[in-house]
Amino acid sequence: MTSNEPKITPELVAEHGLRPEEYQRILDLIGREPSFTELGIFSAMWNEHCSYKSSKIHLRGLPTKAPWVIQGPGENAGVIDIGDGLAVVFKMESHNHPSYIEPYQGAATGVGGILRDVFTMGARPIACLNALSFGDPNHPKTRHLVSGVVAGVGGYGNSFGVPTVGGQVRFHTRYDGNNLVNAMAVGLAETDKIFYAAASGVGMPIVYLGSKTGRDGIHGASMASAEFGEGAEEKRPTVQVGDPFSEKLLLEACLEIMAKDCVIAIQDMGAAGLTCSAVEMGAKGDLGVELELDKVPCRETGMSAYEMMLSESQERMLMVLKPEKEAEAEAIFRKWGLDFAIVGYTTPSKRFVVKHGGVVMVDLPIKELGDEAPVYNRPFSDPPKRPVLKAESVRPPMALADALERLIGSPDLCSKRWVWEQYDHVILGNTVQRPGGDSAVVRVNDGPKALALTVDVTPRYCEADPFEGGKQAVAEAWRNLTAVGAKPLAITDNLNFGNPEKPEIMGQFVGCIRGIAAACKALDFPVVSGNVSLYNETQGRGILPTPSIGGVGVLDDFTGSASLAFKAEGEAILLVGETVGWLGQSMYLREICKREDGAPPPVDLTEERENGDFVRALIAGKTATAVHDLSDGGLLVALAEMAMASGIGAKLDAGPVDTPAHAFWFGEDQARYLLTVKASDAEKVMAQGRAAGLQVHQIGMTGGQALALPGERAILIKALAERFEQWLPMYMAAGAA
Amino acid sequence: MNSAVVVFPGINRERDMARTLKLVSGSEPAMVWHAETALPSGTDLVVIPGGFSYGDYLRCGAIAARSPIMDAVRAFAGQGGLVLGVCNGFQILCESGLLPGVLMRNQALKFICRDVYLRVERSDTPFTRGYNAGQVVRVPVAHGEGNYIADGETIARLEGEGRVLFRYAAPDGMIDPNWNHNGAINAIAGILNDRGNVLGMMPHPENHVEPSMGPTDGRGLFAGLVDHLARAA
Repeated sequence: MTSNEPKITPELVAEHGLRPEEYQRILDLIGREPSFTELGIFSAMWNEHCSYKSSKIHLRGLPTKAPWVIQGPGENAGVIDIGDGLAVVFKMESHNHPSYIEPYQGAATGVGGILRDVFTMGARPIACLNALSFGDPNHPKTRHLVSGVVAGVGGYGNSFGVPTVGGQVRFHTRYDGNNLVNAMAVGLAETDKIFYAAASGVGMPIVYLGSKTGRDGIHGASMASAEFGEGAEEKRPTVQVGDPFSEKLLLEACLEIMAKDCVIAIQDMGAAGLTCSAVEMGAKGDLGVELELDKVPCRETGMSAYEMMLSESQERMLMVLKPEKEAEAEAIFRKWGLDFAIVGYTTPSKRFVVKHGGVVMVDLPIKELGDEAPVYNRPFSDPPKRPVLKAESVRPPMALADALERLIGSPDLCSKRWVWEQYDHVILGNTVQRPGGDSAVVRVNDGPKALALTVDVTPRYCEADPFEGGKQAVAEAWRNLTAVGAKPLAITDNLNFGNPEKPEIMGQFVGCIRGIAAACKALDFPVVSGNVSLYNETQGRGILPTPSIGGVGVLDDFTGSASLAFKAEGEAILLVGETVGWLGQSMYLREICKREDGAPPPVDLTEERENGDFVRALIAGKTATAVHDLSDGGLLVALAEMAMASGIGAKLDAGPVDTPAHAFWFGEDQARYLLTVKASDAEKVMAQGRAAGLQVHQIGMTGGQALALPGERAILIKALAERFEQWLPMYMAAGAA
Repeated sequence: MNSAVVVFPGINRERDMARTLKLVSGSEPAMVWHAETALPSGTDLVVIPGGFSYGDYLRCGAIAARSPIMDAVRAFAGQGGLVLGVCNGFQILCESGLLPGVLMRNQALKFICRDVYLRVERSDTPFTRGYNAGQVVRVPVAHGEGNYIADGETIARLEGEGRVLFRYAAPDGMIDPNWNHNGAINAIAGILNDRGNVLGMMPHPENHVEPSMGPTDGRGLFAGLVDHLARAA
């Protein structure tokens, strides 16, 4: 090892985010002091972001199997079979810390990274979604973050050429110093042409593809594994810069060499760049890897081994090539104007060896680098159960009509058009249902098959009761897919939490995972990929627990998908599911009563499944003319959304006498749907529901230009729509003034 | 109809365009890589689709306009061949000198993707014979730099010679700044060259052609071209 590398000191070890006991583990493992580059490699492989050391033992409890699952967690992305020889490849990943420090590039490279995960497996990306959480709108940084993140998400996806078809945007003061950017990508591949990371065969060439390596992003993964203190902005140099143009070329070149059968194994360079990708390919294939850093295409001169191994420059891939295909593969990459360099070979030694300038800089046992990473069973405490809030105890401070207008114009419930109009959501010509509905619907090739896609979670429920909140996030994603008529197939989970070293945060994490597992199991809705983002804390305050769930479902015929807009006047409006009027943790309670308390609504998974199956059958039978699932804001908000989407109003019946009106109209009981049917079908559908033991009740009729509630002033749809569309553009414009 | 779709690195709506050309004309277009120096023989229509050629890192379309294939496209247009540029294609045609003017950043400085309404100003061109003059069509836009501008003299000539084929309009066909999402001068969405054989437009008619997917107002443009070429043959 060379002498011009810094000497290893306890301070240096600490700077690398390694604890003394973790450093001791390294010494025991290799039987000597590591070189500086080796220390960097351990720090990259053993940080929370790459090693999942705090989360691993809990993630094992998630259901990951179903007959249609081709690949579960552990690869670049999950893979499911949708029939006809086609597979859907998808995953969601966070880019939270970088997006706070440098919103545009942080969000852009988040999108770039997840797209790479998908096309690395041989899939052409066909859709993106995202879940964005920002701080209080009144926080001085929020507007800047919204503006930068949205522009960054759009800037990357639009240029790359994938439609961004759905997502969530929320605001809460608990995200003030830690906004969340969760990006999901969905791709399409043939079931027999999926590519994996595991190398095979000794002496096979390892090829570096894509953009050149620079000094950007060094220690990005380590940054994502620590809390923010003051001066987080000073970490800006650790944020990478995205180049969607290069990524588009990389996509086309990769799919071309895959089609020409040149590839043994392929892995994108994401977190911890060259280190993680090379180690993973070797370790998964039970092989050693030897890299020659002098062959790595660099953007600048004089880069050290340490810098090259830890760079997180974007738009790069590592591939094990079939040796006889070298010339063919190189010609394809040259055509696309991309770098192509053989930087090493697989070896039989099971060691990870890195040479630079003729000197061995790294010589480590390759499997142990990953397998022997510390695993922690951190102490966790269950949060105290919150009391169930009785609806009668919540005094309505205003009339129902006024409350609806206020809710529909609130930051979380208002239209997000300002956001999704900055995303190209029609490119590729397959977007059947655009943003704004329960799920996006994207046609598969020329159809008739289509995918339904959604992202969902209700963080305030997770905070109040992690187990119920975890269940609810999965159930709501399942419900969103069902509401367009799709059969829900699988999820990707993106688990965003605070500092796992605090037992109460770990308690949130463990509770949410248990809830997710319970719902996945009950709904046959396995987890096939995911990502964990911990340490989302600033100055000791954690975010709301936010396990974002990305759901994928399939429709046999996209022309039969249901949408939420009322279709005609004079149709019967039916409510499926039981309404007790649950106000605890509701939007009504938070926005109208200014309280965030009580237990969240419990999720009965049996009821969830039965009601969903009932609704899906009505869509398939073309009986349901419009469908909307009930969630934030409850019944009246859902009705308003159906009315605004169509311009058709509704005349509503009085709620049950034994439920307070505000609880009936704004309660957030779960497992519920609203649908419309022809007036002549209403009795028949309700009888079917009764026969199945379900609650299906008519609550009114469509028609007119207002929502008409008994004893309330008429709520004009046009005025409501203005409020709905107004808040976000006005909020953002106020910052420009 | 023998169409050729020119593909520059970073173009990303070439698949949308090729699918629509196939759907409406019945024949697959030739995909022509930017490094080629000639168009396939017998080409009737050259299409430059949308995207972000060379990342649009320099002025939009400026690098693509200097690609080898553009000499062949210029020669083709010079002989009266039909050329259609959509979105980035429009920008490339302006940068290559085949059309006047330039596309600046949208007035609101943001990328905008939404359905817009276009008023078809003339129906007596190869590109618009599938429409009626004054007809309003609904098609999507998806761009950050679609704000058309040229010097006063050029605009006066374009208007005087009837070379503005499409304008952003309200659903009833009235020209209204509230319905001009990018701030283009005179609400210009698409223009012809002086010879009438080169059209550049920002909106994406190729994304609105299939009844099962929604509106089909974009179809008229391609159907009109097929019809025109069939009659010319």
